Amino acid sequence: MAPRRGDSRADSRADLAATVGRPPAASAGTVVGRSLPRREGPAKLTGAARYTDDLIVPGAWFGFTLRSTEAHARLLGLELDPAFDWSRVVVVTAAEIPGENVVHLMADDQPALVADVIRHVAEPVALVAAADPATARAARDAIRLRTEPLPAILDPLASERAFARYEIGRGDVEAGLAAADLVVEGTYRVGYQEQLYLEPQAMIAVPGEDRGVTVHGSLQCPYYVHAALARALGLAGEQVVVIQEETGGGFGGKEEYPSMLAIHASLLALRAGRPVRIVYDRHEDVAATTKRHPAVVTHRTGVTRDGRLVAQDVDVVMDAGAYATLSPVVLSRGAIHAAGPYACPNVRIRARTMATNTPPNGAFRGFGAPQTEFAAETQVNRVAEALGVSPLELRRRWAYRPGDVTPTGQVLRESVGAGVVLERVAEAADYEPVRARTAEARMARATRPAGARTDRLDGRTAHGIGLALAWHGAGFTGAGERFLASVAGVERSADGQVLVYTDSTEIGQGARTVLSQLVAEALGVPAEAVEVAPGDTSVVPNSGPTVASRTTMVVGGLLIRAAERLRADVEARTGAPFATSYRTDAAQAGRVRFDEQFEGYPGIVWDDATHRGDAYPAYSWAAAVAEVDVDLDTGEVRVGSVVAADEIGRVVNPVLAAGQVEGGTLQAVGYATIEELQARDGRYLNDRLATYLVPTAVDAPRIEAILLEEPFAGAPHRAKGLGELPMDVGAPAVIDAIHDATGAWIAELPATPERVLAALEAREGRR
Amino acid sequence: MSETARVSLTLNGEPRTVEIGAGRTLLDTLRWELDLTGTKECCAAGECGACTVYLDGEAVNSCLVLAAEADGREVTTIEGLGSGGRLSRLQEAFLETGAIQCGFCIPGMVVAADALLRETPRPTLDEVLQGLSGNLCRCGGYTRICAAVLRAAGAADVTG
Repeated sequence: MAPRRGDSRADSRADLAATVGRPPAASAGTVVGRSLPRREGPAKLTGAARYTDDLIVPGAWFGFTLRSTEAHARLLGLELDPAFDWSRVVVVTAAEIPGENVVHLMADDQPALVADVIRHVAEPVALVAAADPATARAARDAIRLRTEPLPAILDPLASERAFARYEIGRGDVEAGLAAADLVVEGTYRVGYQEQLYLEPQAMIAVPGEDRGVTVHGSLQCPYYVHAALARALGLAGEQVVVIQEETGGGFGGKEEYPSMLAIHASLLALRAGRPVRIVYDRHEDVAATTKRHPAVVTHRTGVTRDGRLVAQDVDVVMDAGAYATLSPVVLSRGAIHAAGPYACPNVRIRARTMATNTPPNGAFRGFGAPQTEFAAETQVNRVAEALGVSPLELRRRWAYRPGDVTPTGQVLRESVGAGVVLERVAEAADYEPVRARTAEARMARATRPAGARTDRLDGRTAHGIGLALAWHGAGFTGAGERFLASVAGVERSADGQVLVYTDSTEIGQGARTVLSQLVAEALGVPAEAVEVAPGDTSVVPNSGPTVASRTTMVVGGLLIRAAERLRADVEARTGAPFATSYRTDAAQAGRVRFDEQFEGYPGIVWDDATHRGDAYPAYSWAAAVAEVDVDLDTGEVRVGSVVAADEIGRVVNPVLAAGQVEGGTLQAVGYATIEELQARDGRYLNDRLATYLVPTAVDAPRIEAILLEEPFAGAPHRAKGLGELPMDVGAPAVIDAIHDATGAWIAELPATPERVLAALEAREGRR
Repeated sequence: MSETARVSLTLNGEPRTVEIGAGRTLLDTLRWELDLTGTKECCAAGECGACTVYLDGEAVNSCLVLAAEADGREVTTIEGLGSGGRLSRLQEAFLETGAIQCGFCIPGMVVAADALLRETPRPTLDEVLQGLSGNLCRCGGYTRICAAVLRAAGAADVTG
């Protein structure tokens, strides 16, 4: 029994100890659906797990990065202090890059090192390495950049250069708005968010034979790094090996940035002729690496008097920063989700991501959707207020059902969980009864005698409850999965082991455990019988990047099909079940391996040029109810509880899945309340852990995760994606709860005390 | 780094002596001189708790302690918890409750939780939350870590 509303934290102690760790209700197979313990858990608990900076590499030097200090400037030259003893160090500049000076990704516009123009304040200009960190740092400090300043563009709304623009829509928005009885307008702003994986970026490059290189790193996508290294170093693919070490969190922050780091470490290693390690300290990590894109989202929503949704006009502007990185696809995902999970006949979504002279923004859990879904959900909650309807009731009317059509023209055929997550979360959180009580309390405060401003000084807090709903497309957008054409394989080795071959990485989300469970179930063996091959590009195939909530659904599906072929192969030979015959078969048949390549989900059609069609093979669905206490004197918001219901097709490992929901929810609560990265002149002001705050144990709300299953027939195991989903729904639920408590809308994240007080003042001014 | 210091300490029950730069932190000394890499560096500023170790039985941020301060004292790291290759009851509880995700906070979290239970063998949830508030986790919601500590507290032998 989960902790109930109204329980004090202390009272729920017994409940908590008893229930956490027990699987939530889910369909259980013999292996799939069971909460098997995390495979690498014991190693992580004893300190035996080896993260990149834990590797002992004899003779390795220490690399450091000299960065620009200007947002936009022409680089005229580098001056090396003649008083410094340069014989003890190596220095690498753009001129020494053997291949193309580019961090290969999408647009290939970002140099590994500045050659002529500096485009943001943290841009790498030169690299140094020495036998000890102090000497290397001293060398870095002995290099001066000669520059000529150029005018910097820091405001995305003032920028004229777009990395991507999309227009998505159906019906006739202007006609829809004209016919509406009520049009609600709103503008919403979200700032940067830092991934703050606890393990900073880390990479060790080891030069090999024939100018080749092997890198060991903290990373999500081995083959992204592999391709970027080959390009920048001018090497053939087989000369480059990328090995993922134990990785201390990613959240998207180790999707594209490690390619930069791997190039840097490799340039130094090849120059020095010895291994070089680059490990960022926290300050450099926050100052220089990618963030969640800031965005401005404007909505016009047309409804009829009886509460029908007739038109949605949405405009999205994202700040890309100085280089394209992944911004075009972040924007695409953000735009596709921007109208929220609601059936509407007339929709127009216009979106653009603009170049500015700021550090490039990139992947972060949710990938554009948390920004646009915060705006969409807050807008829906404001429409509910305008109509005098409960936010739950309005969503019951509007939320997608099977057969509804999305803005890209996709017909939602199956596995549409919007209704079930809404009902379950409302029930579990006691939503309507609590909302009735908070409404009474709000009314009582509002009807106090005149001069009520003094009641702000009573030191009282106001309690509120808020609701939000979200959808999240699983896998790459549009034709992305077809282009990736991922490969994954299962082997029965000559000595009778079962091995999983994939470059999908374990970054804390549980991939290693979940994928081995899926393969074990398909083979009919216990999960312990399945090993996962190391994330080494010389060993494992390219299964695509570990991003986009795609690992369980897409790569898991490939592995199941490969395992089914292996099982059939062995059983055809032995005439006995795989489980009882695969070891003895090994002696006769030797090594047997089956690889599966992704070929597309049936019936999924997408046109990239027009952004029309089936944007994702399936969507996962989440609803959250947050309760907050707002201090009316200080504006501080305390999130007391979040109940989250997530529908993900099939739950492979309930405890690991609940952990994803809990962690994603807490990141969303941080996004909503305290995580703010301020910038001036293109530089982050609070780029340290002492100043960029993330939730601690005492800040965290009580989180209840409810996992639900609406099977997705396109995947052999019926599972959809989960990792990003909880990040989409927490923040708007918190903002709705602040409104429920105070009557004030917060239109810009995070809801800092200053913004809450300003919103309260504005509301009182109106009264 | 010109000045060096000779530091003798009892590390995970064994006497050890190292020659180090006088300004070297205990964290750097553990990781770079003594090859005990279980203790993690995350912020090097005392903000995150990932480098928590025992110094004479008290949980400290080893990034804020000079190695020289450990001279003549007892240091216990994550590698020194548990016994005979077995997980401690507390470590078992972390595994059972699903408290571990990326694992980078876990060594410091386990030491901090172990210290909490030595101080307060039967803590309330609030005492656990307060006791672990100096240790950041970015992957989970802290719920499972708290549950692990409470579960371990329910057993008689916490650290063995």
